[in-house]
Amino acid sequence: MIEVTNIHKSFGDNLVLDGIDAIFEPGKVSLIIGGSGSGKSTLLKCIVGLHQPNEGKVFFDKKEFTKMNFEEKVPIRKEIGMLFQNSALFDSMTVEQNIVFTLDMFTDMSKAEKIEQANFCLERVNLAGKNKLFPSELSGGMKKRVGIARAISMNPKYLFCDEPNSGLDPATSILIDELIQDLTEEYKCTTVVVTHDMNSVMGIGDYILFLYQGKKYWEGSNQDMLKSDNKELNDFVFASPLMKAARETLKIED
Amino acid sequence: MIFYYFGEYILLLKKVFRKPEKMKIYLKEVFHEMTEIGVGSLGLIVIISTFIGAVMTMQIAFQLVSDLIPTSVIGQINRDSNILELGPTISALVLMGKVGSSISSQIGSMRVTEQIDALEIMGINAAGYLILPKIIAGVIMVPVLVIVAIACALVGGLLGGALSGAVTPDDYIEGIRGGFNGFTMVVAMVKATVFGFIITSVPAYKGFHVRGGALEVGQAGTRAVVIGCISILACDYLITALML
Repeated sequence: MIEVTNIHKSFGDNLVLDGIDAIFEPGKVSLIIGGSGSGKSTLLKCIVGLHQPNEGKVFFDKKEFTKMNFEEKVPIRKEIGMLFQNSALFDSMTVEQNIVFTLDMFTDMSKAEKIEQANFCLERVNLAGKNKLFPSELSGGMKKRVGIARAISMNPKYLFCDEPNSGLDPATSILIDELIQDLTEEYKCTTVVVTHDMNSVMGIGDYILFLYQGKKYWEGSNQDMLKSDNKELNDFVFASPLMKAARETLKIED
Repeated sequence: MIFYYFGEYILLLKKVFRKPEKMKIYLKEVFHEMTEIGVGSLGLIVIISTFIGAVMTMQIAFQLVSDLIPTSVIGQINRDSNILELGPTISALVLMGKVGSSISSQIGSMRVTEQIDALEIMGINAAGYLILPKIIAGVIMVPVLVIVAIACALVGGLLGGALSGAVTPDDYIEGIRGGFNGFTMVVAMVKATVFGFIITSVPAYKGFHVRGGALEVGQAGTRAVVIGCISILACDYLITALML
């Protein structure tokens, strides 16, 4: 479980996060949604320790992550898998080398065991046999899947995804969403996803945290969201005619 | 402002010299960087220093017009100039342009594409993993390249002197063998070691702290080379003043 309390973060005079509280449960896919500039990615970076919050605390299973030094954070970081918006694969390494990198660094596994684990991770994301390709030889969707394979190579307890669907076609987006949901159930990990994608919100959002101008405006499940009368949330989620029509249809069905 | 950047550089070095996560992987990286910096720059260093040696011989001969001065002095002046100044400094400035810009753009690209963030999330000391092997390789390989540069400059001087008729090979060799002070090589190696540290650490710092995109990565490379060259010249002066 990840708990964030009263997170404040500003860059110069620009206050980006203003007192965010949230609890992300294990075995569930938690989504952080909001408009551009609402502080979603900043919150994610504060949680994983890439940004130090000005105020507030982050707990990983009751352990206060924000007050730890670099060495103390390492055991927790070994349990974190993260998929970046642009995948952030090491471009001078092959797919296989990308996946075995953390195993090389932190385990005493033999070469055969590491390759076996890499093959398992690649099979898990439907990329078996792509071991020797370089990231530049992969499509956007394949890069995201390699990013996920790398993230799960150490059997993570916490999985973070920063806009996993950006730049992908709708079919590939759904595949990535399903993969994230399946992995969350399989590894029983605490998954936090930052997204703009409404298909993801409706499809995999067990818990949704809506940020507006750096503040928490709403939280709940995707089903609660359909019934919410929060104006800012409705303006954001049901901005498109398609989503409006979908909500009306669901209301009529209810 | 300069103190802010210097402080940031020192803090980065503090991170760089943390205990490595796995020595075996760092050693592999050190050997890889030694090949990149050393073997990759060998050809350039050989060509430049051979020509510098040849030109130096002809210029010294041109300036020493007195019949009272034996031509063997040309070899002696060429040797000492190359060991004390031209070998270490010109090699370092050339390497700053070649190796420094490469290090800065390599680390800068990793920063803007979030690869450094990815390393940190994995629990790896990104500064240590990316920069320490480069610094170790630089500190080992730049002195080796400087020795090669000095040797090539002396051979270049011999060829330049013989081809232009400025000095006979026998006189030149007599000159470079006469009155040799071994301490000049110590000074050269101290300079080369310090320059090796600057050539790798300054561009690494500029690349590691780059913000923005491809344009800023390029600008960081240019700034790294400029700052690195000025640092090399300042350290050159300091070491010369302190040791000679």
